Amino acid sequence: MKNQSNTLSGRRQRSTNIAAFVFLLPVILLLTVFIFYPIVDSFIISTYKWNGIAAERTFVGVSNWKKLIGDRDFWFAFRNNIIIMVMSIIIQIPIGLAEATFIEFAGKKATICKVLWFIPMLMSSVAIGFLFTYALAANGGMISAVSQLFGGGNIDLLGNKNTALMTVIFVIAWQFIPFYMVYAMAGYTSISEDVYEASLIDGATKSQYFWRIALPLLMPTLKSAAILSMVGSLKYFDLIYVMTGGGPGTATELMATYMYKNAFAQFNMGYGSAVAAGMFILITLLSLVTMRAINGKKEEE
Amino acid sequence: MEKQFRKTKMKSRVCWIVAIILALAALASAVLPFFFMVINSFKGKFEMLTKGVFALPDKLNMNNYQEVLSGGFVRYFGNSVLVLCVSLLLILFISACAAYPLARFKFRLNGFIYSTIVACMAIPIHITLIPVFQMTKSLKLYDSIGALFGPDVAFALPISVFILTSFMAGIPKEIEESAEIDGCNKYRMFFTIMLPLAKPGLSTLAIYNGVNIWNEFSFAYTLTQSPKNRTLPLAVWDFQGQYSMNTPMIMAVLTLTVLPMIILFVFAQDKLVKGMTAGAVKG
Repeated sequence: MKNQSNTLSGRRQRSTNIAAFVFLLPVILLLTVFIFYPIVDSFIISTYKWNGIAAERTFVGVSNWKKLIGDRDFWFAFRNNIIIMVMSIIIQIPIGLAEATFIEFAGKKATICKVLWFIPMLMSSVAIGFLFTYALAANGGMISAVSQLFGGGNIDLLGNKNTALMTVIFVIAWQFIPFYMVYAMAGYTSISEDVYEASLIDGATKSQYFWRIALPLLMPTLKSAAILSMVGSLKYFDLIYVMTGGGPGTATELMATYMYKNAFAQFNMGYGSAVAAGMFILITLLSLVTMRAINGKKEEE
Repeated sequence: MEKQFRKTKMKSRVCWIVAIILALAALASAVLPFFFMVINSFKGKFEMLTKGVFALPDKLNMNNYQEVLSGGFVRYFGNSVLVLCVSLLLILFISACAAYPLARFKFRLNGFIYSTIVACMAIPIHITLIPVFQMTKSLKLYDSIGALFGPDVAFALPISVFILTSFMAGIPKEIEESAEIDGCNKYRMFFTIMLPLAKPGLSTLAIYNGVNIWNEFSFAYTLTQSPKNRTLPLAVWDFQGQYSMNTPMIMAVLTLTVLPMIILFVFAQDKLVKGMTAGAVKG
């Protein structure tokens, strides 16, 4: 070791190591303080009964975790997350792909579509949540207005237990379809122009080009879109918290909203942390399984 | 042959008509809620209810906007701008600092540190919310703008480092090599060569993170309380308490919060779209 540090290359490696340390220090510090430490701390807090305000907290061991495993509301929230995840993938990605394909085939004439279809992405989740709270309101909302046009009464989509979740899913779709459109458009630009021209020369129609050539080439893009959508749906919070607060009842409750309510509305920090940690474990497991499934398939190919 | 050709042509024409009808439907559903927001923001409280929600307003009634702007909206806006500028500078500088050695240096822990940082991209912020809340309270930062910088910066770093590292890895090495021969050390190299060359990557990151910070809700909602310390996404929240039954007023607040994004979209559409989807580089 001593020998090595005296040689020129050894000294150079040491100065590289020091420089790397200096450059990486801020990032390591911030991630430790705001991500790694809080994750550990969440698991610690989850073993206490604590209102978050009092200095004293009582150690309760695994009782919060036992409660979590038997908590029907939590598992119902998880179920809602899964429904939103599946529906998001089924609705958003095909529509986004269809829009991108339309723009790809229609060319310059479809610029106006490209611009207007992108509009929902300009709004934040919170703004969208509020906009639709009012736009879908029973009194003075858009849907009620249309219904009245046909002689119907007011319709309260968000206030009805049976329609609330579906309605929320459509609002989320409204928000994210443009994202997958842009994503698919980027996929199209990576297909070389030659491929398109060659298929036209060979006499392929546009629909043949899409199904037989473009779609298989876009598959990797669509797969990563599905992963993005999956991880995003499991973490979802802002829009639902603003729009329904998880209600009516628990109809649109998600893991994140359930955690937030326990911790910051009922000041049950111990149980809230258990919910957060449970959510963390579930998301990590699901992501790992999906990544492995998709990477495994890659190896087979 | 002629018949066959005509048949495919007919078929493709029908396909196009169906496609255009569907495209128009998608257009209507994308724009209608937005239209609802903008036109109703110009109406009076009762005008909306009596005339119907889709009717154009009688005149461009700016009263709602005047009331919102004089009712503390500017404060929220200023707070948001402050949080945006400070966080963005920190994010860009810190992630550039981290990306440089990860993209260029050979040292033993490189792969490990890189994959640890990248893995943080998948972590849901809600697992950190309670501890960060407690931390903020014990540091006496609760209910101040200062509380937001740390979490906003920290959660933007993993993806920023990820994007910037791959950007820097794509920059040709020749300039650095000749600078090294001239005796330039790693620190000077970073400031005089790497940072300027990484500008395009940094500008994409600025837009991506800028939009996210501008819209950030969870931390701002949890770590601040009084209107004078809150950011724009919470303005609607607070105004709603004040004007809950006055839909046009809320629509005016919403339109104002979206306005900066619309302006950006009109003047720098390509950059904005590219920046906003920068996070989607890989699954």
